[in-house]
Amino acid sequence: MREAVHISRAPAPGPGLQELLVQVARGDQDAFTQVYDQVSGPVLGLVRSVLRDPAQSEEVAQEVLVEVWRTAPRYQPSRGSAMNWVLTLAHHRAVDRVRSAEAAAAREHRAALLDRTPDFDEVSEQVESRLEREQVRRCLRTLSELQRESVTLAYYRGLTYREVGELLSVPLGTIKTRMRDGLIRLRDCLGVSA
Amino acid sequence: MSTAELHTLTGAYALHALPEEERLAFERHLGACEACTQEVRELSATAARLGLAVSAVPPPGLRERVLREIATVRQEAPPHSTSERSGVAPGRAGRWSSYALAACLAAAAAFGGVAVWQNQVAQDARQEALQARQQNEQLARVLAAPDARTSSGELEGGARGTVVVSRSANRAVFLASDMARPPGGKVYQLWFNDDGSMRSAGLMDPSATDDTVLLDGPVDGASGMGITVEPAGGSEEPTTQPVALMDFPDA
Ligand SMILES: [Zn+2]
Repeated sequence: MREAVHISRAPAPGPGLQELLVQVARGDQDAFTQVYDQVSGPVLGLVRSVLRDPAQSEEVAQEVLVEVWRTAPRYQPSRGSAMNWVLTLAHHRAVDRVRSAEAAAAREHRAALLDRTPDFDEVSEQVESRLEREQVRRCLRTLSELQRESVTLAYYRGLTYREVGELLSVPLGTIKTRMRDGLIRLRDCLGVSA
Repeated sequence: MSTAELHTLTGAYALHALPEEERLAFERHLGACEACTQEVRELSATAARLGLAVSAVPPPGLRERVLREIATVRQEAPPHSTSERSGVAPGRAGRWSSYALAACLAAAAAFGGVAVWQNQVAQDARQEALQARQQNEQLARVLAAPDARTSSGELEGGARGTVVVSRSANRAVFLASDMARPPGGKVYQLWFNDDGSMRSAGLMDPSATDDTVLLDGPVDGASGMGITVEPAGGSEEPTTQPVALMDFPDA
C-alpha cells in the first residue's frame, strides 16, 4: 500500500502568505481577508501569552492586524517570511503594551511570573498547531534550565534581559549569553537555519 | 559597549528583551555587522516559532471588526528605495523556507478542517477523517519523539524539504514547501534510500505544493530518502532520476 498522509492540505491550493501579503500591499482587501485567516490565530495567541488579559489581548491583536494592513507595503520578502514579519510586529506591540502598563504600576507579581508557563496545553483540534506546539515544546526541553527561562521569560512574558536577570538573580552578562545560546540551540533543534 | 559585547546581543534583540537605548545601539551595530544581521534573522525566525506554538482560536467577532476597520484605514505608501538598506545583506533565496514551512502549517491550521471536509461526500469524509486522524497521530508521535532529529535541504526550483526521523519510532516524516506541481498525470513518489537501493515510501499529494507526509513503512537501515516523478499511482521502483536526495539526520 502506498498511502500517503496529507495533513497540511488547504481546501484549494491557493497563494502562499508571502504572495498574499504582496497583494495586500497593493490594497487588495480580499487578499487581506486570507492573510487574516492565516495569521489571526498565531497573532492572538502570542499577544495573549504576553498580556494574559483576554480583553486587552483582543484589543492589541486587532491593532496588530490593522497594522499589518496599513504597513504591508513595508514588508520585504527578501528579509524574511511573512509570518515572521507579522509575529515580530505582534510581539513588539504586546511587549510595548505590557511595558507601558507596568511602568505605571510597579510589577507586583514577579515571583508569580516564574510559575506561569505558557499555555502549551490549550486544547486544539487542529493537528497542525498541535504538531507545531509539540515540536517547540520538545525542543525547549533540550535547553538548559537557565537558557529556557531566559528565552521564555523574555518572549512569553515580555521581560527585558535586566528584569530576567533580577528575577533569577543571575548576572546580566550571563542572561544575554543564555538568550543567545538558548535561541541558537532552539534554532538548530527546530531546523530553522538554512 | 564594546563591539565584542554587542555581538552577544543577537538573542536578546530577537526576543525584544533589550531596553530602548541598548536596542538603538544594537541596531546601529547591525547596520555594520553582517554576521549579527544574519544571526538576528535566524533567531527572530526561531522566536516566531515560539509564537506559532501558542496559536489561539480568535473569536468570530474579531474578524468582522478588523475587516471593517481596514476598509477605512489608509495604507502607507510603498518605500521608495528599490534595494535593501545599505549594510544589510540581502537574504539568500530560500533562506526562510524552513520557517515558511511552519507558516504554512499554521496557515493550514487557520483554514481548519471544516473547509476541507465540506467539499467531500459525508461518508468518504468520515472514512478519510478517521484514516487521516490515525495517520496524523502517528505523524505527531514521530515529531514529538524525544529522539526526533531534523534535517533540511533545498530541492529543485527553490523548494525546500525537511525530514524528521525518529529512530525509536522507526518512522520518518517529510515536509515540503513550495514544491512545483508535478507534470500532469504524474506524482512525486518518496523513497527510502537503503544503501543505494530505493524502497517506496508513498506518494505526495499531487495538488499540494506544501505537504507533510508520514513516510510509508519503517525507516530500518535507510540512510536517507529520495523523491522521483512517477506516473499517477506510483511505481514499483524509480523510473526517473531523483529530483531530490536527502540524507537522514544523524541519530
Ligand atoms: Zn556583530
